[in-house]
Amino acid sequence: MTARDRSARAVAAPTAPAVPVSPAAGPGTGPAGVGLAAPADPSESPGALLAAIELHKRFGATPALDGASLRVDAGEIVALMGPSGSGKSTLLHCLAGIVGPDAGEVHYGTRRLSAMSEAGRSALRRGEFGFVFQFGQLVPELTCAENVALPLRLGGVGRRAARERAHAQLARLGVDDVAGKRPGEVSGGQGQRVAVARALVSEPRVIFADEPTGALDSLNGEEVMRLLTEAARTAAAAVVLVTHDARVAAYSDREVVVRDGRTRSLAG
Amino acid sequence: MSIGHTLLGLLEAGPRHGYDLKRSYDERFGHDRPLHYGQVYATLSRLLKNGLVEVDGVTPGDGPDRKRYAITEAGVTDVEHWLTQPERPDVYLHSGLYTKLVIALLTGRAAADVLDRQRAEHLTAMRALTRRKTGGDLADQLVCDHALFHLEADLRFLELTAARLDALASALRSPQADEARP
Ligand SMILES: Nc1ncnc2c1ncn2[C@@H]1O[C@H](COP(=O)(O)OP(=O)(O)O)[C@@H](O)[C@H]1O
Ligand SMILES: [Mg+2]
Repeated sequence: MTARDRSARAVAAPTAPAVPVSPAAGPGTGPAGVGLAAPADPSESPGALLAAIELHKRFGATPALDGASLRVDAGEIVALMGPSGSGKSTLLHCLAGIVGPDAGEVHYGTRRLSAMSEAGRSALRRGEFGFVFQFGQLVPELTCAENVALPLRLGGVGRRAARERAHAQLARLGVDDVAGKRPGEVSGGQGQRVAVARALVSEPRVIFADEPTGALDSLNGEEVMRLLTEAARTAAAAVVLVTHDARVAAYSDREVVVRDGRTRSLAG
Repeated sequence: MSIGHTLLGLLEAGPRHGYDLKRSYDERFGHDRPLHYGQVYATLSRLLKNGLVEVDGVTPGDGPDRKRYAITEAGVTDVEHWLTQPERPDVYLHSGLYTKLVIALLTGRAAADVLDRQRAEHLTAMRALTRRKTGGDLADQLVCDHALFHLEADLRFLELTAARLDALASALRSPQADEARP
């Protein structure tokens, strides 16, 4: 080994973070985060619940995705991190079948999203996916309980059953007291919990959360993340979480960094 | 951190033996570095000499842990005074993180890789803290949040640096770079 190799290695080895307390590992909550070492090519590891392979997407002259790949296993919580404008939301929209990539494939289980009809993708989103955004996702004219019941109603669940499930879900998230209020009458933190309840109520296999705490203060943000991840783990739902906040990402099992429309993968 | 003041503060809750005091300290503050018995007894005897604690009772038997200590009025005043004194803000200009980044930039190596590896390492630590926090009591939450906010600050610095990499690299490699640094 040359001196240059050695010093290259010294620079490459990450410094153990200086933490005021040693992180005593808590009870098992999924695999340790090794996002950068995970295989970039989802075809290398079959059996993923959700996989994006070499996605490209432009908006006019703007390249939003430039060869982004990602795999998400069942029940796994993956954080997408990276600077603003790097393509995180576009990647999430492609994974959820909201936006079609110009090139590349998204697989959900054995299905290829691009091979499905728009109606098929729409049914998939309703039946298997849940969504939480930064804000503006609740229908202002409906009560919180009606908002939570909405995905069930759209999926053909009867009024009474939908209402009962909505109330139970609101209770699980500690916001049953706002069931009869409209979104405009509740606080930001309560509104996000209602949104989480709505995302979870149809027992999705994947929850897509784009900056779910972006409009909340620290305390409410922590609470929403704790509830969201606890509920997802209990339901064995996978979560694709877009965030630029490391404390939010720390609720995930691993992180994937998106930069300039590409997912970064550092081997070793 | 002042161990004396911390032990005094813990004693305010009620009289205790040295051993219980050490255990309580380690639980709250000693995750990294538990106290040695020697430290505990040396500190207690100093506090005793200064009238900040008193011996509240002696259990029959032998060994150093027969005495039970209680805080005195002067001790309470001392804790109160200590709490009014702000801590000196810590700065991390000598951290290995910063050094590695500068060396990578100076030598033309991929600083972005240094950043991303460091982020992975930080997030691993942050995950462990988050797990401990969500399963823990209020004291656990406090101590973990304190650590989490510091690690987050490191990462924000890394993000900002990543965004500035190109500018930094050329500035550091230019001949005036050394004079330009404070
Ligand atoms: N609907 C759109 N129309 C035009 N440009 C878009 C659209 N969505 C995203 N972009 C552009 O694509 C790039 C990536 O955006 P986005 O995926 O939202 O990034 P991020 O979520 O990481 O902030 C940005 O330059 C953004 O301006
Ligand atoms: Mg976005």
